[in-house]
Amino acid sequence: MKLLVCLKQVPAKDAPLKLNSAGSWIVEDVSYEVSEPDAYALEEALRQKEAHGGEVTVITVGPQRAAQVLREALAKGADKAIHVEGDGTQLLDSFATAEAITRAIPGQHFDLILTGLQSDDSGAAQVGVILAELMGIPHATIIMQIEPVPGGVRVKRELEGGAFQYLEMPTPAVLTIQSGINKLRYATLMGIKQAKSKPLSKINAETDGISVELNRLVIERLYVPGAQKKTERITGTAKDAAARIASVLKAQGIGAGE
Amino acid sequence: MLKFRDVDFLQVGSLLSPDELLVRDSTRQWAEQNLTPIIETCAREGRFPLELVPEMGRMSFFGATLRDFGCAGMSNVEYGLVMQELERVDSGIRSFVSVQSALVMFPISTFGSEEQKQRWLPPLSTGEVIGCFGLTESDFGSNPGGMRTTARHVGDEVVLNGEKMWITSGSISQLAVIWAKDEEGSIRGYLVETDRPGFRAEDVHGKYSLRASVTSGLVLQDVRIPAGNELPEARGLRSALQCLSQARYGIGWGVLGAAMQCYDTALQYAGFRKQFGDKPIAAHQLVQQKLVWMITEISKAQLLALHVGRLKDQGKADFSHISMLKRNNVAIALETARLARDILGANGIADEYPVFRHMANLESVNTYEGTHDIHTLIIGEKITGLGAFY
Ligand SMILES: Cc1cc2nc3c(=O)[nH]c(=O)nc-3n(C[C@H](O)[C@H](O)[C@H](O)COP(=O)(O)OP(=O)(O)OC[C@H]3O[C@@H](n4cnc5c(N)ncnc54)[C@H](O)[C@@H]3O)c2cc1C
Repeated sequence: MKLLVCLKQVPAKDAPLKLNSAGSWIVEDVSYEVSEPDAYALEEALRQKEAHGGEVTVITVGPQRAAQVLREALAKGADKAIHVEGDGTQLLDSFATAEAITRAIPGQHFDLILTGLQSDDSGAAQVGVILAELMGIPHATIIMQIEPVPGGVRVKRELEGGAFQYLEMPTPAVLTIQSGINKLRYATLMGIKQAKSKPLSKINAETDGISVELNRLVIERLYVPGAQKKTERITGTAKDAAARIASVLKAQGIGAGE
Repeated sequence: MLKFRDVDFLQVGSLLSPDELLVRDSTRQWAEQNLTPIIETCAREGRFPLELVPEMGRMSFFGATLRDFGCAGMSNVEYGLVMQELERVDSGIRSFVSVQSALVMFPISTFGSEEQKQRWLPPLSTGEVIGCFGLTESDFGSNPGGMRTTARHVGDEVVLNGEKMWITSGSISQLAVIWAKDEEGSIRGYLVETDRPGFRAEDVHGKYSLRASVTSGLVLQDVRIPAGNELPEARGLRSALQCLSQARYGIGWGVLGAAMQCYDTALQYAGFRKQFGDKPIAAHQLVQQKLVWMITEISKAQLLALHVGRLKDQGKADFSHISMLKRNNVAIALETARLARDILGANGIADEYPVFRHMANLESVNTYEGTHDIHTLIIGEKITGLGAFY
């Protein structure tokens, strides 16, 4: 099975974020890591390769620093890496990112393309879905399990309220992977050494025609939500107070539909 | 427990290559997920987490700078970063890896026969075999050259007699590298399987320091080993000291981890602890002075470690450079731990914070692998040409 895993480099989870003076982006003096759901997508791809054979390619769209997520993936066991590199590529929206990935892999066949279910930073959950559309292949989201069957795969999807959906679909296909579905491995020192000799190809985003011009989403303004303190003192008899608490909770949608 | 934030005031990280950063971050992640959750209990119970040894082997932590026999072939800087991240959690865990790598695998790889390497290095690299290094005796610490342990050749066997003291991992080892004097009074290294008749290891109890590491006394009473267990290329005390140089280099990096952890804990604590009104204690000049001393010394120590590491990678590091690294970095780490403990007030003596444990651990690190003062004498002899040991 040939697998492609799309990885995004995002600010580390506990990074203290500051906005730039224009309020259009963050100040990029933080440490970065691979977006968590993408790490699970990579782990799943490596497990599929180990169980059924094949090859894992990883791809990222991002500035120079983003190559670190590819090096880490190669150290964990991916075979090849592609870096669509360019200043400002961190500002691409989901559509432009999916477009960049499509343009980076012309003529290459992958049985499965895995992405994380959504990114830890913008959380749009769109790249995988748009990628499938651009490539004209089926997709399924929030995948928890993948099992190869003749001509395709059988997958387990997470639905709401603890329900699951099992479906069979043909390959090639795009699957967006849920976090926490497997146990992540570490990049071992031996893996890091072996990764030094694995191919990491760079594609210049600009020569591929990739820029923020392709964006269909405009960021108007980033801001830190102001803290609001609203306290209501509920007084009166226990019965009246209970009724008041119930109506406040209902108004906020808590407990509705139960 | 407060979440560790990287300590890098001078952007020393910008001097590291992407692969070096990957080594640091991957080891950090492993240590935070596997060691941090259990280390306080281990230290309290005086228990080394033996269950993590296979996992450390899978991470290729053992003999990481060696090139063959399943070892990762890391650079000295990469190895240093591994030590830093392990000791950020606990000096005892770093000690274990130091001994296995620098004091057991290194001498076998440097002084051993091809057969000895084939036999021992692969299982040592996975952690299936644990090793220890027996140089110190109760009466000979800083001056190991005076040792009394003897090796006598009888037919094609060697018979060892003597007692070693303060031996890290002694009672959990399957293999001991024992230094002993032969018939000519020359110090040689011997590979001793610890299940041989006449070999006994007894743990030192009542330690206030390195509680998550095993420290033992070894008794060798007419222990017979094949002559083929002698390390053929190890000649004289010089060879043993060559191993120590390797281990001291790792310590110079390791203690940085302990210092960074103590500093970061003190900095965070001083930011939320309030006394005398609504100001955090970090807003007072006396507290700032302590924090500034710590971060200045840590930053200098980071540069020292990196520089000596780069020299070592170019084959240009002298033993006296490594003495300066060990002496300086342990001293500032210990002082950082003491100041951090002070800043934490009463909380500084409890094991809810890692500071007291680090402080107590660093007292051992100050003593072993050449005490602070012995390194003063080594550097002193180097620059003046005059030995001041006797
Ligand atoms: C936890 C722990 C683990 C250890 N693990 C190992 C191990 O795995 N293998 C091993 O072989 N050893 C090990 N050691 C032993 C360690 O290397 C020795 O403790 C160390 O070399 C110091 O020796 P000593 O304790 O006998 O102190 P001493 O040599 O008695 O020194 C005591 C004091 O006298 C000072 N001093 C000594 N000579 C001079 C001098 N000429 N001039 C000025 N001052 C001097 C010292 O600096 C020190 O302050 C370990 C020790 C500890 C505490």
